[in-house]
Amino acid sequence: MSDSLQQKIQEICQSSNNDRVRMMDIVQGVQKELGCVSSEAMSIIAKATKSHHVEVESVVSFYSFLSKEQKGKTVIRLCNDTVDRMKGCEKVAEALSSELGIGFSETTADGKITLEYTPCIGMCDQAPAALINDVVAPSLTVEKVKEIVQNLKKDADPSKLSLGIGDGNNVDSLVRSAVKNNILKTGDVIFTDNESGKGLENALALKPEEVVEAVKVSKLRGRGGAGFPTGLKWQFTRSAEGKEKFVICNADEGEPGTFKDRVLLTEKFDLLFEGMTIAGYAIGAATGILYLRGEYVYLKKFLEAKLQERRDQGLLGDSIKGKDGFNFDIRIQSGSGAYICGEESALISSCEGLRGDPKTRPPFPAQKGYLASPTSVNNVETLCSATRILEKGSDWFLSIGSRESSGTKVLSISGYCKNPGIYEVPFGTKVFDLLKEVGAEDAKAVLVAGPSGQFIAPNEFSRVICFSDLGTGGAIIVFGPKCDLLKAVHEYMEFFVEESCGYCTPCRVGNVLLKKKLEEIMEGNGQPADLDYLQSLGESVKKSSRCGLGQTSPNPILTTLKNFKPLYEALVKVSEDGMQPTFDIRAALGDAEQAAERKSVLYTD
Amino acid sequence: MAKPKIATASLAGCFGCHMSILDIDERILKLIELVDFDKSPIDDLKKFTGRCLVGLIEGGCANEENVHNLKYFRENCDILISLGDCAISGGLPAMRNSMPLKECLDEAYLNGPTVYNPSGKIPSDKEIPLCLDRVYPCHEIVKMDYYLPGCPPSADTIWEALVALLNNKPLDLPYELIKYD
Repeated sequence: MSDSLQQKIQEICQSSNNDRVRMMDIVQGVQKELGCVSSEAMSIIAKATKSHHVEVESVVSFYSFLSKEQKGKTVIRLCNDTVDRMKGCEKVAEALSSELGIGFSETTADGKITLEYTPCIGMCDQAPAALINDVVAPSLTVEKVKEIVQNLKKDADPSKLSLGIGDGNNVDSLVRSAVKNNILKTGDVIFTDNESGKGLENALALKPEEVVEAVKVSKLRGRGGAGFPTGLKWQFTRSAEGKEKFVICNADEGEPGTFKDRVLLTEKFDLLFEGMTIAGYAIGAATGILYLRGEYVYLKKFLEAKLQERRDQGLLGDSIKGKDGFNFDIRIQSGSGAYICGEESALISSCEGLRGDPKTRPPFPAQKGYLASPTSVNNVETLCSATRILEKGSDWFLSIGSRESSGTKVLSISGYCKNPGIYEVPFGTKVFDLLKEVGAEDAKAVLVAGPSGQFIAPNEFSRVICFSDLGTGGAIIVFGPKCDLLKAVHEYMEFFVEESCGYCTPCRVGNVLLKKKLEEIMEGNGQPADLDYLQSLGESVKKSSRCGLGQTSPNPILTTLKNFKPLYEALVKVSEDGMQPTFDIRAALGDAEQAAERKSVLYTD
Repeated sequence: MAKPKIATASLAGCFGCHMSILDIDERILKLIELVDFDKSPIDDLKKFTGRCLVGLIEGGCANEENVHNLKYFRENCDILISLGDCAISGGLPAMRNSMPLKECLDEAYLNGPTVYNPSGKIPSDKEIPLCLDRVYPCHEIVKMDYYLPGCPPSADTIWEALVALLNNKPLDLPYELIKYD
């Protein structure tokens, strides 16, 4: 490695104060500069940050946007999520491949362009979509990608591509993105006019304990999917012992089919930052971290500018709004393409500059979170709602939604429907009414809360979106009458196998076994007993996995087994002679026949 | 009424599970009162003499002969039991599963540090069964009805299981008999 490159790496480390906690920023910087984080670069980083080579490597090898091997100057990551496949991503993939003359996971001979697949990038409402470095290319067609490739061959800089321009703040000079918001239904809490700053003002007029109490009374629950009562989480964090406390906003929505936080970050950043500040005041934190998923890094400059504006207005920094002793600021931490980092303890690991491994609980983040300090991790929408609660009062919030699920839910609806996009609905809305609204009344199945949620059948479309019935982080994927559901289930299992962090055996091994058995059944080699096997193995994986990923990953199989059993039953048959149809003796003997240079005498063709 | 018949086989195993069968000590006399032994290494019968109620299978399938034998058992036994960890999961022989067969054979017959093999060939006599690409647990080849874990399952485990099965009673093994960690 040349001296200048070495120096460049050292400068990148220096810009993060050689702090190993900021390892994510450092390796992202090096990846951007060099197109990889080579072993040599790792050594330099390790030395500068007083870390170890293996520690740096463990981070680089974990995240899909980081690589040890050299990638092309431009990396095209085509999203091959189930919704994208419904919308013709396979044809786009073929076109990309033939235009570039390479397959997926390959780089062109001149080293300029790398082609890859990536799971959901939060653009299901404008699928098929791809990331070209940091640039989002939504609504792709065969013609479009041909043009993109031709232009990239001329100029490798994807920001110069003419991909069109989106709406709302996507037009802002700091975003300049072709992404569309697709806000198709506004509600009373989030997508409505609000008195900016009023929530924070009201909060600061109260004691921190009273702010926590107001949120508790409002019955606000986490909007990321788990639905933990927000006030309680704030109370635990506030009362936990620790010199420093932290607020982390989880903007790592990676659940396939979710894209609501993308739109909230684009349009409702003020609500969010205000909510984080209120949370900081309530729990006694001076630092907030916005964990922005790697796929949304196109919003980073814009959000940073908005943070600066708040600092300039005295809404962040020391003695906010003249309140003595209340100091609070927010930094943005980008992710690097890892679904598991949406799990709060894995997200904390990532913020600490480590692999995105979930942590053992207890202790919960509220007791020992970021850097072992009490930390409240809240979803984007939760924090936005908290702002509104402080602005308009708990009673107002309680009056919206259903009795035990107050407020509204922002849903990202996609798949087989006429109008995919963002819908803000009060809790208590029936699935059937949603389908009417999006134009998918003849749906065959609805996947509520993404693959870690549940597939429901038409006879359950009268169920309602709320915490006591169909809880959801916001992903609603609709499947049409012609959809092959089992194929979708298989794709989701592939996704979970890929995204499992590998720490615990039930998840690392169990999901592979589930996927394999499903494949056998889909190939027509399954037996009725295999359905029991799927059921019991799926339950074991759920029960014994260490974090939310494994605790929900068997759901695509388990919920289709429950609600769409005939699909499976049509494929399995009893083996009359007790032999396993999946075992192929001829294939099993191939290697030995080749080595022994003779055919089997026991098993001839 | 004729006594029910039991058959046993050791496939890719070490005969440890069969040793454990013999380990039931004087209870073997009681067993003989309950059942007749058919094809088994214990009596060295090579072929089934008639339909059997129970087949006890030790070992997984590492080669074609194992497969052949296991299928032969499936055809002739009402109930097949995977006896011990090799039958259940492949066990020690399955350690080779993480590498291609060719690499194992090359190491054993061509490249190993103590190999003397002037022919430079991997043995291919027709009397030697061909290895499978990997070692398979029994239930991946034929349907297995029950599984008795252990390396080997203790004599008490085998005894309790057989007695329960022959008397058509549910099997209730005390925790100590199936605890292995």
